[in-house]
Amino acid sequence: MISEPNIAPVRWTKKDLLGISDLSAGEIQLILDTALSLQAIEKRPIKKVPTLRGKTVINLFFEASTRTRSSFEIAEKRLSADTLNFSASGSALEKGESLIDTAMNLEAMAPDMIVIRHKHPGSPHLLARRLKSGVINAGDGAHEHPTQALLDAFTILQKKGRIAGLKVAIVGDIGHSRVVRSNIHLLTKMGAKVVVAGPRTLMPVEIEKMGVEVAYTLEAALRDADVVMMLRIQLERGGGTAFPSVREYFQMFGLSKPRLSLAKDDAIIMHPGPMNRGVEISSEVADGPWSVILEQVANGVAVRMAVLYLLSGAHEEANR
Amino acid sequence: MSSILIHGGRLIDPSQGLDGQFDLRIEDGVVAEIAERIETSGNGTDTIDATGLIVCPGLIDIHVHLREPGFEYKETVQTGTRAAAAGGFTSVACMANTDPVHDNRSVTGHIMSEAARWGYARVYPIGAISKGLLGQELAEIGEMVGAGAVAVSDDGKPVMNAELMRRALLYAQHFGIPVIQHAEDLSLSGKGVMHEGEWSTRLGLEGIPGSAEDVMVARDLILLDDTGGRYHVAHLSTARSLELVRQAKKKGIPVTCEVTPHHLVLTDEEVARSSFSTQTKMKPPLRSEADRLALIEGLQDGTVDAIASDHAPHHADEKDVEYNCAPFGILGLETTLPLCMERLVHAGLISMSRFIELLTIGPARALNLPVGTLAPGKPADVTIFDPDREVTIDPEAFCSKGRNTPFGGWKLRGAAVATVVGGRRVVV
Repeated sequence: MISEPNIAPVRWTKKDLLGISDLSAGEIQLILDTALSLQAIEKRPIKKVPTLRGKTVINLFFEASTRTRSSFEIAEKRLSADTLNFSASGSALEKGESLIDTAMNLEAMAPDMIVIRHKHPGSPHLLARRLKSGVINAGDGAHEHPTQALLDAFTILQKKGRIAGLKVAIVGDIGHSRVVRSNIHLLTKMGAKVVVAGPRTLMPVEIEKMGVEVAYTLEAALRDADVVMMLRIQLERGGGTAFPSVREYFQMFGLSKPRLSLAKDDAIIMHPGPMNRGVEISSEVADGPWSVILEQVANGVAVRMAVLYLLSGAHEEANR
Repeated sequence: MSSILIHGGRLIDPSQGLDGQFDLRIEDGVVAEIAERIETSGNGTDTIDATGLIVCPGLIDIHVHLREPGFEYKETVQTGTRAAAAGGFTSVACMANTDPVHDNRSVTGHIMSEAARWGYARVYPIGAISKGLLGQELAEIGEMVGAGAVAVSDDGKPVMNAELMRRALLYAQHFGIPVIQHAEDLSLSGKGVMHEGEWSTRLGLEGIPGSAEDVMVARDLILLDDTGGRYHVAHLSTARSLELVRQAKKKGIPVTCEVTPHHLVLTDEEVARSSFSTQTKMKPPLRSEADRLALIEGLQDGTVDAIASDHAPHHADEKDVEYNCAPFGILGLETTLPLCMERLVHAGLISMSRFIELLTIGPARALNLPVGTLAPGKPADVTIFDPDREVTIDPEAFCSKGRNTPFGGWKLRGAAVATVVGGRRVVV
C-alpha cells in the first residue's frame, strides 16, 4: 500500500512543481496515490495511454542527467505527450542568449509544460514567474529535486507501508545535495524522523532549523535506522575539497556491510545515483538484498507520470 | 545678491543641537540666520513655506555608485545626482569602480565637472586606493585629492593585501583623508551570493559568512591601531563587526562606520520570501535578524556614524537572470528617506534628530566634508521633507536610470519636498 494512513489527498491546483517546500502533506499524498494508479500502465503489454495526447512537453536540461532525463522522457511518452529535448550545448545559449529569452522563445511555440534542470538554484522559479506553461523542477543546483524525493517516498511506502515514525538517515555530501533538501521537506511533512550525517566541512550551517538531527559519525546516523540514504560526493561542485582523500572519507562515512548491522535488521538502502562505488558505498551493500536502488529508478517513471498528469490539468478535464 | 527665507518649519540641526520652530535665512549661498521668527527683508527674497515640514541640513549619502565614466547605461553623474535631489540629498560621495577606474586625477576632474554642469547635488569623488583596483600598488592619492577627491576606497573589492592596507592608512594621512574599506575576505566569501545561514541552507545558494566581513574589520583595526590615520568601514552588516568597531572606538582608535537602509530593514529570509528575486542580491548580503537588530542598536548607541545607501544601479537586463548570475547591488538614493523614516523613526527606534544626524553631520564628520550643518556662515545646503506624507515606491518613476530595488510597491511615510544646494533651489 502506498498511502500514509492519516493524510488525505487534496485537489491539485498548482501550475508548477518547483519544490517540496511548497507542497502540503495532502498534495504529496495525491501525487503518490496518482503514481500508484499510473504504475499499472507499465505492466500492460502496450505501455501507453492517450492521457496527454496533444500536449507538448519540453525537457530543458542545462546539466548532465541520465536517470532523471530518461525517466521524464519515458513518463511523457507513456502518457502520449509530444516531447522536445533541449540541451544547452548547440543552442542559442552558447551564443549568449539569456535563460529568460530562451524560455520565452520556447514558450512562443506553445508548450504545455517545461521540465527544467539547471545548475543555479531558483532557475525554475524564474521561469515559472514568467511563463504560462507549467514548470517542473528536475533539479536546481543544491536547492530542490522534488520528483526525486517523491519517488523516494513512493519507494519507502512500497517497502515499509508508512513514512511516519520511521528513522531515515541521509549520509554524505549534504551541503551540495538538492536531493537531501527535498527529502527533508517531504519526510518531515510526512512525519519521519530525519538524521543527516557527513563531514562537518560538508554540513550546511543551521540545517537543524529544517527539522532534522545532525550526526557527525556514520555510526550515530545508522543506529536503529529504518531507511539509509547514501549520497554521492559532488566533486564537480567542490565536494572533494572538504576532506583530504577518498580513502579517508570512506573510512569515516562509507557504507560497508559490517557497518550496516547498526541499522535495523530490515533497513533498506537507497541512493539517488549516480553512485561512486567504493567512495560512499561498497558494491556489496549497493547490490545486496537490502538495496532498493533500482526500484527507486523504476518508481521514478510512475511518479513523474503522476506529476505530468496533475500539472497538465488532465484530471480536471476528466472531471468536467 | 540672492536670498531665501524658509519659514514655519520644524528646523532640526543636530550639529548645533537645534530642534524647534525656527526660520532660516540664506544669503549669497551661505546660512545667514536662524531665529524663531524672521521677517522677509523685502523684494527679491524667495520664501519657502515649510509649515508642517522638517527643515534640516542637506542630506548626505557617502556611498553611491554614479557609474560614470564607463557604465553610462547604468547611471550617469547627471541621472544619479538628479536621483539624489529627488530623494532629498544635497551631497553624495561616489565610488571609484568606474571604467576607467577612478585612480587618477583626470577621472576626478571629469566627475567634478559633470557634477558642476548639472548642479543637482554636490558630488564628492572617492578615489581608488590601488591602481586599477587591483590591490597591488597605491594609486596617485595626492593628485586625486588635489583635484577634489575626499577619500579613497577600492569599494566593490576589498583590500586583501594587509601590507597595502597598512601603506594606504599611512599614506592617506598626508592628505587628511580617510581610507574606506569594503570589508570582505574573499577567501571566505568565495562564490557566495547570499548570507550564510538558515536561508542559504534552505535555498541551496552558496553562503557568504558574516566572518568574511568580521576578520577583515578585525585585521584593519589592528593595522589602524599601529598606523593611526582615519579608517571607515563601508556598509557594515554584522553584529560582530559592529562590536569590533564599538570596542575600537572605546579605545580611541580612529574608526567610523556606515550602515545601509536595506541592512536595517531586510534580512536573508527575504531571498526566500521573494522566491529568489535578484533584487535581494547585494554585497554585503542581507544578514540575519540578529545582525539587523544589532545594527539598529548601533544606531541607537552612537556606534554607527552614518546611514549610507550604497546606491548601486544596474540595468534591468543584468538583474533579469538566474540568482547566481545577477550582479550585486540595489538602488538607494530614492528610497533611503522614506524607508528610514517609516522603519526607524515612525517605528520609534530612533529619534527624528538622530535620524537626521546619521544623514548629515555624522557622514560629514566621517569623511571630513564641509557640509552637514546649518551653522551661520556655512554653505546653505538644506533639505525640506514631509515626515508624514505617504508614498508608494514606484521604480518606474525613479530619476535614477536603475529600477533595481526590492522596495517597489512598499507604502511608506516620509518624502523629500525640496532641496537647496549652496543657496540655490534645486529643480528636479
